[in-house]
Amino acid sequence: MDINTLKGLSTVLVMITFLGICWWAFSPSRRKGFNDAANLPFADDVDPQQHKLHPNSDEDKADKL
Amino acid sequence: MSSNHAVAGEQPAYDYKVVRQFAVMTVVWGVVGMAVGVLIAAQLVWPELNDLFQPYSHFGRLRPLHTNAVIFAFGGCALFATSYYVVQRTCQTPLFGGFLVPFTFWGWQLVIVLAAITLPLGYTSAKEYAELEWPIDILITLVWVSYAIVFFGTIVKRKTSHIYVANWFYGAFIIVIALLHVVNSMSVPVTMTKSYSMYSGAMDAMIQWWYGHNAVGFFLTAGFLGMMYYFVPKQAGRPVYSYQLSIVHFWALISLYIWAGAHHLHYSALPDWAQSLGMVMSLILLAPSWGGMINGIMTLSGAWHKLRTDPTLRFLVVSLSFYGMSTFEGPMMSIKTVNALSHNTDWTVGHVHSGALGWVAMISIGSVYHLLPILFGRKEMWSVKLINTHFWLATIGTVLYIASMWVNGIMQGLMWRAFNADGTLTYSFAEAVEASYPGYFVRVLGGVFFLTGMLLMAYNTYRTTAPSKEEEANAQAQAA
Repeated sequence: MDINTLKGLSTVLVMITFLGICWWAFSPSRRKGFNDAANLPFADDVDPQQHKLHPNSDEDKADKL
Repeated sequence: MSSNHAVAGEQPAYDYKVVRQFAVMTVVWGVVGMAVGVLIAAQLVWPELNDLFQPYSHFGRLRPLHTNAVIFAFGGCALFATSYYVVQRTCQTPLFGGFLVPFTFWGWQLVIVLAAITLPLGYTSAKEYAELEWPIDILITLVWVSYAIVFFGTIVKRKTSHIYVANWFYGAFIIVIALLHVVNSMSVPVTMTKSYSMYSGAMDAMIQWWYGHNAVGFFLTAGFLGMMYYFVPKQAGRPVYSYQLSIVHFWALISLYIWAGAHHLHYSALPDWAQSLGMVMSLILLAPSWGGMINGIMTLSGAWHKLRTDPTLRFLVVSLSFYGMSTFEGPMMSIKTVNALSHNTDWTVGHVHSGALGWVAMISIGSVYHLLPILFGRKEMWSVKLINTHFWLATIGTVLYIASMWVNGIMQGLMWRAFNADGTLTYSFAEAVEASYPGYFVRVLGGVFFLTGMLLMAYNTYRTTAPSKEEEANAQAQAA
């Protein structure tokens, strides 16, 4: 196999990896978990008034507290 | 993921002592490092200042002292303080590591003091941002391995199921800095104070800038993005704009940065293909950099009004603007034709400080202003007004600094490349230096603004940490 074929394949491989990460991160089934994770900085607050705010609260009405 | 949420009102006994120590030292080393910066900036305007205490006060010896003090002492203490704080708060568990925790503090302070002694004495390995000689390099390695054990040990014993994104950035920063430091510092010792790099020629240059640029990418970017992902949401009172974006830009950022170092060696003996690779990777780097910037700034959507009353939040948000600006400027400067103009000029110095003052220092200052009241059990800083004054001094100082260096850099680049009809140079080098004087003066002015702000911060910190008069009176009243 020509070295340039390998180089071309590696580019395709990196592209697939990138798209895979995007798919993994943005798939709807993981949204709830990530919204919880995004609230971790507030999770141990003694004052709980800021709990569970959603960044896209208009779109995520289903997830609202 | 109910395990992510502790019962409100309950908090584990966090280890704040080491966070307090590092936070206070951030302010102290910030003042020291920036004061040396102002001194060497003044030396370029008034060369007599080199002779204060020759040969120790010479520009060539103080310049590495300045860079080491601001990057590793100021920036390093800020990273230690915030990472130890964030990892505890988001893992809901005290620090792991026992005696290793105080060892990282005292070990790191010893490294800084040794640097402050050896660099003016002229002991240097002559590698930029890695000037310290081999015995200090070994001490750095010991401290760094302890840091990794404490940090990752804390993550392992976390009470939450998810590892918060800030910890991913801090973790990447700790691992990559260990790798860079060990590989780049490989040398053959001759005496206690002298060693020679294991690499030579173009290979040495490439390894040096693989190190140098990733010191920027991981020490000065990934680490501070970790800071951003905790303190911006916390200060704004809103979770990060898009957690999904933070994941994608994390993996993109760490897999791209490592390839960009070659752009420091454009038009050098480095093979042409390596230069082009460095340029292309630097250009792609714009995307993940701006992913982080946009994610941070958009976190404020719906909370913009807080900027009007909260100078700490202003520090954090303006730092992101400077981050966006300098990560646009960087890829642009890595384009070979642009670099032909900017290389070795003051434009580079301006670019670095747009990142260092605007991004790194401002996000650290904002984070420390957020931390200090919490660490010392206060409602807020002693004077919020002083924070606001500090904010404006820092912003004006940074703008003066980078604007003067843009003008100087482009002017120098144009003067150096100007030819007469017969092929001789239009200007001698000294003429370009002379033309740079006004810019050098404006830079000193910008530096003085920034340093004055840091001095206000030091005073504010002192007043916040010292017991107030009412507290002392209350204590007496209760005793009576």
